[in-house]
Amino acid sequence: MADVSSDPGRWRDVDKLLARPGNIVGQDFEPSPTLREDIGEIARVLVVGAGGLGCELLKDLALSGFKNIDVIDMDTIEVSNLNRQFLFRLQDVGKSKAEVAAERVMKRISGVNITPHFCRIEDKDIDFYNDFNIIVLGLDSIDARSYINSVACSFLEYDTDDKPLPETIKPIVDGGTEGFKGHARVILPGRTPCFECNIWLFPPQVKFPLCTLAETPRTAAHCIEYAHLIKWGEVHHGKDFDADDPEQMQWVYSQALKRAELFGITGVTYSLTQGVVKNIIPAIASTNAIISAACALETLKIVSGCSKTLCNYFTYNGTEGTHIKVTDFVRDTDCLVCGPGTLVELDTSTTLLQFIRLVGEHPNIRLSKASVTCRGKNLYMQSPPVLEEMTRSNLQLPVFELIGKVAKDVIHVSGTSEKNDKKTSCLRKLRVVFKGVADGITSMDTTDGS
Amino acid sequence: MIKLFKLKDQKRQDAANSSGNAPVKKQSAGELRLHKDISELNLPKSTIISFPNGKDDLMNFEISIRPDEGYYQGGRFVFTFQVSPSYPHEPPKVKCKTKVYHPNIDLEGNVCLNILREDWKPVLNINTVIYGLILLFMQPNDEDPLNHDAAAVLRDNPRLFETNVRRAMAGGYVGDVHFPRCI
Repeated sequence: MADVSSDPGRWRDVDKLLARPGNIVGQDFEPSPTLREDIGEIARVLVVGAGGLGCELLKDLALSGFKNIDVIDMDTIEVSNLNRQFLFRLQDVGKSKAEVAAERVMKRISGVNITPHFCRIEDKDIDFYNDFNIIVLGLDSIDARSYINSVACSFLEYDTDDKPLPETIKPIVDGGTEGFKGHARVILPGRTPCFECNIWLFPPQVKFPLCTLAETPRTAAHCIEYAHLIKWGEVHHGKDFDADDPEQMQWVYSQALKRAELFGITGVTYSLTQGVVKNIIPAIASTNAIISAACALETLKIVSGCSKTLCNYFTYNGTEGTHIKVTDFVRDTDCLVCGPGTLVELDTSTTLLQFIRLVGEHPNIRLSKASVTCRGKNLYMQSPPVLEEMTRSNLQLPVFELIGKVAKDVIHVSGTSEKNDKKTSCLRKLRVVFKGVADGITSMDTTDGS
Repeated sequence: MIKLFKLKDQKRQDAANSSGNAPVKKQSAGELRLHKDISELNLPKSTIISFPNGKDDLMNFEISIRPDEGYYQGGRFVFTFQVSPSYPHEPPKVKCKTKVYHPNIDLEGNVCLNILREDWKPVLNINTVIYGLILLFMQPNDEDPLNHDAAAVLRDNPRLFETNVRRAMAGGYVGDVHFPRCI
């Protein structure tokens, strides 16, 4: 394969963007003939997902001048990927997507270093993600986006005026496609809405009533869901259905077909079965290319400042003609994930019980009967009794010790707030800072001055 | 942001020698919402909640219901709840662990309750689901059957249905299906 980057004119267009001043550039843009090389040297990009979008993203980013790229994907290559995931060949089937994609792009574009990670996104610790300057998403699930979003937002810090500290902002560029439709969005935690601020945008998944499936199926999808949700359990007691096992999928398909015959319903096919069970909508290569191009451009804009960035949600619909729209969504200022929360100063000796009282009296919080949780550990639960009992002994312990002797941390409390005699239950984010504890010192046992 | 990245690069190199932080568990927005739901649970006395994986795993729990009136009075029925990180966008997955003779619960433990599937909305919570389950035992419904035979009996011969329920709960056969004792 030819090395496309050896052509001297290869970078002409990117350099035009980066070397010349302009009127719609970002705030701190400093054009320079060496900017592309600086970006290649300094910027570290993480691409999450090496599937349909991921393949396009890796190619686009590498051809935009990024040289330090990591890619993470837990999946292996399947035959059905080959029509659009153009970095893969028939002999790659069964191999890691991340590894093959990295190798292919490095072969074609010299000077690019792509490090593959063949694992789940949850397998990497938080520090892994903090090493990147920007995270680009080519994912197909809400859960995975939500996870990466919460990781990126966990690096965000606010000053005492609740303004985000610029150096703690971890930008995310998120792409997604579904058939002929797609979106690209820019998330600058603390400045633009994060994934959770706008989670209500997602339509609920279509779910059929179980009794309809069991009694009165009317469509092919009903028959498939019957085989998947009811018949599977009846025959394979206690065994979970694995949608990635072709044999099991074949079983569901044949059962759905029988069911459809029984009720005189037509239209059950193997690919519809896959579609209904795995919630798959056929992927279109050109949609991936369009969305990836938008994402790669936004990435270059954020990193270089060569143009103002997308504000902040781009949707593309190619179903009939082409329709493109950009919507400027607003942040949820009370967002539990990216919002500043309320700053609370504690002594290292403040016990959990004192803390709960303080939360009730604090003029900006006023939350009575607070239950307290920190990084997945439930420190105190007011209810139900079984959890109250399990957490009661924590009440007498200092919060500082309970959360691992760190100088500051985020704690979530839920309880009842009273405003104008109206009681509402709510969940609040608190930024807890301990007086007299220096940042970075994680243990009180550290000897001073040594 | 490239200037910022340069600065950060410097900082990272400076910090490289200092001790690394232990990986911390991320708490999803779904987990936080669930924390709120659980801390606000307001259950009838006869309903018991338990957390098989301890106090820090709220995403998997069990509810035990003992109806105090109706056909199922005196029985004890255990349901498992599995809550996904995208809760409350997604409803919890609920299964009945106790084999029960019930028109709306099949022998595999699938439950036909509208708010668990087609009518789920993020404003609903764990409390509403539990009350929905309790209602299923107060008012079994022959119009949305999962257990077709039980529904037909309830509709055509409520007295026989009552006998069948009693027999099943006492640990006996209804037709050729055996039910473990749950009284």
